[in-house]
Amino acid sequence: MEELLREYLPIVIFLGIATALGVVLILAAVVLAVRNPDPEKLSAYECGFNAFDDARMKFDARFYLVAILFIIFDLEIAFLFPWAVAFKDVGPVGFWSMMVFLAVLTVGFAYEWKKGALEWD
Amino acid sequence: MSVADFAFYVFAVTTLAGGLFTVVSRNPVHSVLWLILAFISAAGLFILLGAEFVAMLLVIVYVGAVAVLFLFVVMMLDVDFAELKGEMVQYMPLGLLIGVIILLELGMAIGVWQFADLAPELRQAVAPDPQEVQNTAALGRLIYDDYILLFQLAGLVLLVAMIGAIVLTLRHRPYIKRQDVLAQMYRDPAKALELKDVKPGQGL
Amino acid sequence: MTSADFTLVLPEVILAVFAMGALLFGVYGGKDKTAPILTWTTAGLMVALGAWIGLSGEGSGSAFGGMIVNDGFARFAKVTVLLSAAAVILMSESYMERHGLLRFEYPLIIALATVGMMVMVSAADLMTLYMGLELQSLSLYVVASLRRDSVKSTEAGLKYFVLGALSSGLLLYGASLVYGFAGTTLFAGIIEVAGEGEISLGLLFGLVFLITGLAFKVSAVPFHMWTPDVYEGSPTPVTAFFAAAPKMAAMGLLARVLFDAFGGVSAEWSQVLALLSLVSMFLGAIAAIGQRNIKRLMAYSSIAHMGFALMGLAAGTVAGVQAMLIYMVIYVTMNVGTFAFILSMERDGQPVTDIDSLRQFSKTEPLKALAVLVLMFSLAGVPPLVSFFGKFYVLTAAVDAGLAWLAIAGVIASVIGAFYYLRIVYFMYFGDEGEGVQSAMSPVAWVCLMASAGIMVLGVINLFGVGGAAMAAASALVN
Repeated sequence: MEELLREYLPIVIFLGIATALGVVLILAAVVLAVRNPDPEKLSAYECGFNAFDDARMKFDARFYLVAILFIIFDLEIAFLFPWAVAFKDVGPVGFWSMMVFLAVLTVGFAYEWKKGALEWD
Repeated sequence: MSVADFAFYVFAVTTLAGGLFTVVSRNPVHSVLWLILAFISAAGLFILLGAEFVAMLLVIVYVGAVAVLFLFVVMMLDVDFAELKGEMVQYMPLGLLIGVIILLELGMAIGVWQFADLAPELRQAVAPDPQEVQNTAALGRLIYDDYILLFQLAGLVLLVAMIGAIVLTLRHRPYIKRQDVLAQMYRDPAKALELKDVKPGQGL
Repeated sequence: MTSADFTLVLPEVILAVFAMGALLFGVYGGKDKTAPILTWTTAGLMVALGAWIGLSGEGSGSAFGGMIVNDGFARFAKVTVLLSAAAVILMSESYMERHGLLRFEYPLIIALATVGMMVMVSAADLMTLYMGLELQSLSLYVVASLRRDSVKSTEAGLKYFVLGALSSGLLLYGASLVYGFAGTTLFAGIIEVAGEGEISLGLLFGLVFLITGLAFKVSAVPFHMWTPDVYEGSPTPVTAFFAAAPKMAAMGLLARVLFDAFGGVSAEWSQVLALLSLVSMFLGAIAAIGQRNIKRLMAYSSIAHMGFALMGLAAGTVAGVQAMLIYMVIYVTMNVGTFAFILSMERDGQPVTDIDSLRQFSKTEPLKALAVLVLMFSLAGVPPLVSFFGKFYVLTAAVDAGLAWLAIAGVIASVIGAFYYLRIVYFMYFGDEGEGVQSAMSPVAWVCLMASAGIMVLGVINLFGVGGAAMAAASALVN
């Protein structure tokens, strides 16, 4: 256990520095900044008028499609890591099972391509 | 308290706090940020368990992809979250009741937890010895060979997800003129251009 | 890994490979114009596989380290699933064409869902169970919102997805508790350790959570709330599909888990199932009375029928499983016929689902009205139609297993439930004059309707031998 934790020591130090830096920056803003609160500073502003409506709006579903397709391929890649690490041990069955898996997703990819899901008019 | 215990408590507390603030924070963007904190601390817990691969998956897939998609959705989508929260208050008592019951059940089950006599043996029969082989390689040995059926089914599930996402969201817009390089290159000037001899004073 | 392992799952592999090949054929060969031919080939392949599995003989075997089995029970369920899926996609083709829903992906997603269902009914490991279930569910979420411009259809898909994800979560929670106790995910291992002495609390909770997750999938009360909305919102062909094959698969899966993994502790789950069965039958019968929309009505009808099928499982005997299988086959057949009719209900080219619109239907289409009459009587379980024998098998099994109170409650519930089926018949034959409904039916749908009605009448002779097959399947499952 101690051995394992020692291996992760750089990451722990990194996390510590990141946290400390974040805290320092926020605290610095609290301590050093000039504060002159005014409700007008917080109000929404649009070319001299009050805001007409919310900044949120109907958004093209196409953006999400790209994101979802990315996640699917991300998961596919995730399966490749253990395969690569254990490549010497997996043997021919393991090799071909990954090839079949990739072939299945390639079918999906070919479909996606031909269907035009990767195009952005 | 050893270092490992200390690390466990730090990660456990941040996971719980992250989960709690995901639910209670007013601003949905903050909710997602808390969720990311919860994911990262959970990754820390996985590392303490010796499951580095799962921890890295959590960081890569959940923090890197899923949480970013969530952020995207809550920032861009036209949804009134205040109204949704208002409805949530209405069902809060029932939700809390169910949560408490499940918590009690979990407490009861874990409080008197016992393994079957055969359980340790059965568990060892499948997995390689953790002292000998490191976690990711152990997974690699199992997934592609012993669990080939499940692995291929996972591929089919991903395929269905892909088809489903495209079937449900992709729309073609016929009115958009796309650039067609070949068609442009092969355009014949003789067909595209016409010379007109405009007589003076008559116009076209 | 030997080739014997792959031989055992060959039908699943063939169907999956076909779906992928057809996907490429469809997208490279004319997109939605290929939809009719893909529908027909998918259905043809399903029928062929069904016949092959049905005739492939006796015996049982397992593969991939015992994660998947092929026994009489799996074959029985697979044949039912394949044939009903084929019938539903064939009869809905003309409807989808008329309403602009015929996309070439539809039959392929259904084929992939069917692969999932085939894996479900032959699962012998908690992980196989989950993968099969997810493959099926994910495909069904997609087809539920196939009419993506309609608010109701997208709502149906979303609702189904959220509740389906919740139920999968519960199922996984239960599975992890079971694994924590038993140290193995194989059913064969679980049944070995579950039987020894008193059942541990952790295992019990795991079992209950597993049943809860699966009860969502078979839409048993109190986990039924998604059913009416999803049935109403989804396009009608999809609803028809939901009502048939996935129900059989989920029931098969439930039976598989209970008998293969928890057969030694049947006393523990039998009471849970008896309770689910009781409330499902009553809620299905009573809540349907107020429904005017025939799709919602069929949703409640399916809840009540699931209650009956669960009664067979609650009995926990060979006779109970046999009764459940017979009941499910009859249920699926009736639903195929009924939905063949519901698909055809339209007025001025627009689909209608209001039961009032059936007024005086017998005057315009006497033959179809007669077929629907038979189906409605059959859904109600009126003797001497086949479904009466289905109910009879279930009730006998329950009484023999000492669940007489449940059997009596079942009789009362089906008497209450008969009211709304008979009301449809009343509308058709004695309803007031008014704007009626036209019935535009493709020849395939017509055949499905008539065949289904015909089976309900003619099957009383010997149930077409389903009884014996179900008996063999049940004894393969229960040892």
